Amino acid sequence: MNQSTNIFDRMMSIDRRWIFLFLIVVCVGTYVADFQIPINTVPEVESIYNFLDTLPEGKIVLIAIDYDPNNLAELHPMTYAIVEHLWRKKIKIIFTSLSQLGPAMADQAIRDISDSLKVDKTYNGVKYKGREIVNGVDYTFLGYKPYYALIILGMGQDFRLNFPNDYYGTPLDDLPMMQGVINYDQIACVVDLSGGNITDAWISYGQGRFNFPLMLGLTGVMTAQYYPFLGSGQVLGIMGGLLGAAQYEELADNPGRAKDGMRIQLFAHYVIILFIVLGNIGYFMSKRKRTEGGN
Amino acid sequence: MKRQIPFVLVFLAGAFMAFQYYVPHESSEFVYEFLLDWTMIIGIFALALGIWSLYQVSVDKIKLRKENWAYSYVTLIGLFIMVLFGFTYKIGDSWGMYSLFVVSLMALLMFLIQTTISKSKGLWLGLSALALIVAIAVTVFDDSWGVAFMTSEGLKNTMFTNFADFVLTPILSTMFSLLAFFIASAAYRAFRARNVLASLLLIAALIVMLRFNPYMPFGLPDYMMKISNWLMNVPNLAAQRAIVIGIGLGIVATSLKVILGIERGYMGKG
Repeated sequence: MNQSTNIFDRMMSIDRRWIFLFLIVVCVGTYVADFQIPINTVPEVESIYNFLDTLPEGKIVLIAIDYDPNNLAELHPMTYAIVEHLWRKKIKIIFTSLSQLGPAMADQAIRDISDSLKVDKTYNGVKYKGREIVNGVDYTFLGYKPYYALIILGMGQDFRLNFPNDYYGTPLDDLPMMQGVINYDQIACVVDLSGGNITDAWISYGQGRFNFPLMLGLTGVMTAQYYPFLGSGQVLGIMGGLLGAAQYEELADNPGRAKDGMRIQLFAHYVIILFIVLGNIGYFMSKRKRTEGGN
Repeated sequence: MKRQIPFVLVFLAGAFMAFQYYVPHESSEFVYEFLLDWTMIIGIFALALGIWSLYQVSVDKIKLRKENWAYSYVTLIGLFIMVLFGFTYKIGDSWGMYSLFVVSLMALLMFLIQTTISKSKGLWLGLSALALIVAIAVTVFDDSWGVAFMTSEGLKNTMFTNFADFVLTPILSTMFSLLAFFIASAAYRAFRARNVLASLLLIAALIVMLRFNPYMPFGLPDYMMKISNWLMNVPNLAAQRAIVIGIGLGIVATSLKVILGIERGYMGKG
């Protein structure tokens, strides 16, 4: 076995601990380095942004925080970007959480975004004055209930069927923004931010039965699976993974966690591509050497 | 008769739910809501059954000293301590003797497990009774905290929120973030251009990964974005649509078999 064959064989079988080490060094390095990468937007995300941006003041949007901490890195930035955008435009929000650990995610996001809304900010050249976000006036948090398909169906009849009280124990009828809000007929659209099968239920039992505009925010690996619903018009738009969140932040002119995370993701992808290329060079060169040796 | 009645009930409920979808009358809606409530109630029994099953499996594991049996204690303590935190809340400025209450209930749990696995059952039963008396005494005489079964005060319990925010959330996030490393390693090993199909997969993966790369020269990012969008909207959509339609037809066929009594797996004996 000659020296060059050895190198190519090694390129094909690098110890995975070297890959792990290389990846962690690149992730930490790009996390520490402070620069942003330009973001290109796609029509799937633009349609979500355009729909929400053109909603008149006072309309109600239902945001389903259907993810657990495992998907926090990808989906939390979407929540922050969308909720801040809607609240700046004085659109009211009903939050639900049909994932077991979702309420903690929603509660944290509500607290953080309420704080950031207190200061004046300018987005896309429009100045928004800071204001206090009030529970029951600007938002209602319904909380978690098990058996998501039934809850989605139940909310189509009356929100009070499954949620007589909000997450904090206040009866829905005592909340000003819920006066006259019975079911999906009174809301402008549903945005489902999900890291699992709950999205299927929103499409089949929610949009399919009650015909409301549905927008999805999904983890990167889920995104491809839901394109048929985009093509059929059942879903208005899809935000896929951290990239989708970064695109929404770009459109909303509100750079946040997603745009910040994109440089790490980009360079992590470079590392993966580098190793794939190395593996393939090793594979082809070894094959060639073997063929030459055989001749 | 013992078998016929369930078949008739399944046929009636299944047929009603299928036809109800097309009948927008209020009486139809009423029955539909009524059945939804039933489903939720039955589902809650399943939840209780799940907790009981987890308890049984964990105790059996401890009893038979199966592999990693010690972790079953962690599972049981985690399960019951979170339930406990979720049903209790602080009334005054301090927690008073709350920690004694928690410790005595966890001790009760441990003693009950020992009762089922140890030969000297009397001793462990006695200790269980003692721990229960201590827990009840603290609950009755300590006014600095309360128990809330019917309201949501327990959700604001700092122990409950802190365990969720600072233990559960970081653990789950960490577990998931480890995937990035395994994906990198798996991609390196799996994406080899061994044949035409593998090469197509490799090229498609590279294009999708590079679609937002802003540092490529000659306007390549635009082309990459266009090709990536085409890949997602045409070949991917076509394949996924075929899968979705296949699954949908499968669901309809299985539902019909259940409604018509051809598929009887739910009866337990096929």
